[in-house]
Amino acid sequence: MSLLAFCEWLAATEGSIALHESLYMYPLVESAHVLALCLFVGLATILDLRLLSRLLRDVPVSQVIARLLPWTIGGFVVMVITGVLLFYAIPIRTYQSVWFRAKVIFLILAGINVYYFHTRVETRIAEWDTAVITPKAARRAGLFSLILWACIIVAGRFIAYNWFDCDIQPQSAFVNWFAGCVVATD
Amino acid sequence: MLLPFFQWCETLWLGQFVVGSNWLFPVIESVHLLGLALLGGSILIVDMRLVGIGLSGREVKEIARDARPYMNFALVMMISTGIPLFLSEPIKCYYSPAFWVKMWTLAIALIYTYTIRTKTTRMELVHNTARRQMLVGALSMALWFTVASAGRWIGFS
Repeated sequence: MSLLAFCEWLAATEGSIALHESLYMYPLVESAHVLALCLFVGLATILDLRLLSRLLRDVPVSQVIARLLPWTIGGFVVMVITGVLLFYAIPIRTYQSVWFRAKVIFLILAGINVYYFHTRVETRIAEWDTAVITPKAARRAGLFSLILWACIIVAGRFIAYNWFDCDIQPQSAFVNWFAGCVVATD
Repeated sequence: MLLPFFQWCETLWLGQFVVGSNWLFPVIESVHLLGLALLGGSILIVDMRLVGIGLSGREVKEIARDARPYMNFALVMMISTGIPLFLSEPIKCYYSPAFWVKMWTLAIALIYTYTIRTKTTRMELVHNTARRQMLVGALSMALWFTVASAGRWIGFS
């Protein structure tokens, strides 16, 4: 089954239709998604700024991570659950959205950045935990994270707009390819 | 009573400029959202400490001092993007209950943040401050949560 076929199947399920057509559930889920942003991206930003030595310089990085991570993870869990529900409510259009696809790419890059930081930079944290200026690798991880999350927020917000939707043709060949539009050729 | 003012707002060039573009509203809205994330982080880090979670091992004063420039910057970001967003649809806002909830709680939250909350975060730790800090932090979170939720709801009405 192709991903598109899966999305078509998903769109026909009772839950998807109910959520899509609900008067209050959909806006509530979307609001929760946006508000969890304050908790998740907000605290992640604080952590990134600490990695960039821009605040809380007297607090060891390991302490900032240890104290904030549970809340960041909590926020992330809410983001994922509500995000999946938002996709579930509008599967086909979201799957064929250039912004959604861009967002997924940025998310993967952000995930790689976290993995890299965790396995290569954080493992040697004892060496620079209280340093006035954090090492280059840590600063780079913080900066990448800030940029990627900003891109994720903007791309996520743009999913709501239909400039590049498949049912609005003609679109450029790139858009049709990137969005995976099924365009009738004659 | 304020309707003529809102009608006048609608005639301003800035709002018309935003309305005239396909891209401007979403772009400004995105920056507004980026400001929200920064504002959320810089306020939460202090409020969480006030109620005794997060960076609970550190002094409130120290965290608040470091977070303040980012909070101020985020607020400037929010207000300077919020104004053109408002000017692009003042009449819709006028008839939106969510808009009024947001504006009233925003006014209260701003005054509260720069008076009571600032004073509390600068206070030396003396007898009985822990409970006061907890209250101040919880109220701050409740106020800003209301502002953000009502703000999101403007878009649904």
